[in-house]
Amino acid sequence: MTSFPEAARIALGDSQLRHNLRNATTTIRNKRARVVAEVPDWEELREAGRTIKAEVMRRLDECLLQFEESVQAAGGQVHWARDAAEANAIVLDVARAHDASEVVKVKSLTTDEIGLNEALAAGGVHAIETDFAELILQLDGDWPSHILVPAIHRNRSEIRDLFMRTIGDGRELSDDPRELADTARLYLREKFLDAKVGVSGANFGVAETGTVVVVESEGNGRMCTTLPPVLVTVLGIEKLVPTFADLEVFLQLLPRSSTGERMNPYTSLWTGVTVGDGPQEFHVVLLDNGRTRVLSDEVGRQALHCIRCSACLNVCPVYTRTGGHAYGSVYPGPIGAILTPQLRGVAKAKSLPYASSLCGACYEVCPVKIDIPSVLLHLRAQTEKDVAERIAMRSLARIFGNARLYEWAQRLARAGERPARRVPGPLATWTQTRELKPFAKETFREWWSRERGA
Amino acid sequence: MRIGLFVTCLGDTLFPEAPRAAVTVLERLGHEVVFPRDQTCCGQLHQNSGYLEEARALARRFAGIFGDFDAVVSPSSSCVGAVRELSPEIAPRVFELSEFLVGQLGVEDIGAYFPHRVTYHPTCHSLRVVRVGAAPLQLLRAVRGLELVELPEAAECCGFGGTFAVKNADTSTAMLADKCLSVLATGAEVVTAVDGSCLMQIGGGLSRQGAGVRTMHLAEILAS
Repeated sequence: MTSFPEAARIALGDSQLRHNLRNATTTIRNKRARVVAEVPDWEELREAGRTIKAEVMRRLDECLLQFEESVQAAGGQVHWARDAAEANAIVLDVARAHDASEVVKVKSLTTDEIGLNEALAAGGVHAIETDFAELILQLDGDWPSHILVPAIHRNRSEIRDLFMRTIGDGRELSDDPRELADTARLYLREKFLDAKVGVSGANFGVAETGTVVVVESEGNGRMCTTLPPVLVTVLGIEKLVPTFADLEVFLQLLPRSSTGERMNPYTSLWTGVTVGDGPQEFHVVLLDNGRTRVLSDEVGRQALHCIRCSACLNVCPVYTRTGGHAYGSVYPGPIGAILTPQLRGVAKAKSLPYASSLCGACYEVCPVKIDIPSVLLHLRAQTEKDVAERIAMRSLARIFGNARLYEWAQRLARAGERPARRVPGPLATWTQTRELKPFAKETFREWWSRERGA
Repeated sequence: MRIGLFVTCLGDTLFPEAPRAAVTVLERLGHEVVFPRDQTCCGQLHQNSGYLEEARALARRFAGIFGDFDAVVSPSSSCVGAVRELSPEIAPRVFELSEFLVGQLGVEDIGAYFPHRVTYHPTCHSLRVVRVGAAPLQLLRAVRGLELVELPEAAECCGFGGTFAVKNADTSTAMLADKCLSVLATGAEVVTAVDGSCLMQIGGGLSRQGAGVRTMHLAEILAS
């Protein structure tokens, strides 16, 4: 994978992207701040969210078995998938069993993570994204750059051009949002009515009852989970909550943190199969794909608490400038910087734990109090270091370990200093855009000795 | 009170004017300031760069050097935050200068006079790690002659982040560019903060632009 600094450089040079991102993230973060401020017990809610998730992680094995039993008791079928390939094969088998050449999909990060659409396409099944933004990206062969607002990097004039080329049916379109939405609606309604199989991810699964929850804004998710006769849900194993009552906490935390709404427009909950109402065949695929490895790390496991609200993206000074693609994963921003290296293995994403200034804005807004800066440091300690850097840092540690050596190094550095606007070596990138602060003519300790004696 | 002054390695080497000003302020308030000469770095650099073992060794060393003081005070919130995490045994007695003055000593007016237009950048670690709150602003408001102007998007990171500024120089620069725009929008002559490292970033950017705005550590303003 391209390293974060390289990918970021390209993104930072795209002024349209920077403009779109700034507008969109500023709007959402201000909305969030307003609706969070009106909840008097917000901090208690966050703590409740954190506690429930921590408990689930401690006894995830029990919760999963309980969930399986509950789903089966309610007439659903449960599948276990160790990795992406297994999960994709299960979904493909279900589609094939019903001769479906098309499936309609609810917006889902988990299915993006496993590359479900591509796997289905390889098996001759076309997956249609029905979330407005996901549809835009799918039509253009693009991919999401934000957890909640996948097409945050696109603006409406770009979307108008895209629709004219694709689903616009040869009609002249303006960039009026309503007209664009109507165009997509017409296209999607026909797909919803024709589809034999719907595919979703899930925001929560309730161990106690086997209930699956999808939270969304557009109503397309409700269509996908109610109209087709068959429904398949891919559920990351970390998405469980113990009891139905626990949803009370998360359904307050999530909409306020994500869209900045008091309540999201559509919350769909279903439990197995209900005769005569909705899908008559329901499958749930419990996906591991690296999650148990994350679980085994006591510091890193809090990344599994994430409820995918994306508040951390919208406040991140890095994300709001580079956008999501630079993170090389469906999980961008601060949460992606701690989740991706853990899911894939730190060696496969070693620049991500460094893609942060450690400003802490993410931790402050996280609705389940994931201490992202601490996990970043924890992961940095696990990355393979560049040889030159390792030597330099070890030498520095020895110098810092002895005040005499340190004072000698101070004098040496000052003596070797030459005035320069650009310097080579590790500080070269600093001096590209910033003046280097010259060494003080007299260090503090020299001043102290002179003034106060040794 | 017998105060151990933790000047930080950057403060010692690159901006000694800040710890010197801290000495002036604390002595003006009648306290005994001691500079333990064995001090070097608290371990933050190594911790943030992923060298945990080295960081812990430096933190143990630090706790040994500063173990005997009534209070340890430093003109850097970032280093204080690192010490509190890495050396928990001495954490309750380690303070950033402004929080020490306002929170521990209950002083806001140091008797300073600084007739300039100043804007204050609340650094990330002072705001979100050490949580100094309004202490620096309370101190600035009590300075005679000082005109305090609010910094737009103040709580946004300046892009320093230690090695982040070098490893992710392009992103760091994009953050810095926005911070400089905010500073310039205030029309201030001086931008101040409680962390010399962040001021190095902001000052380095402003001077490369030839912006004509200077950076000063809060302690320097309080000592004037």
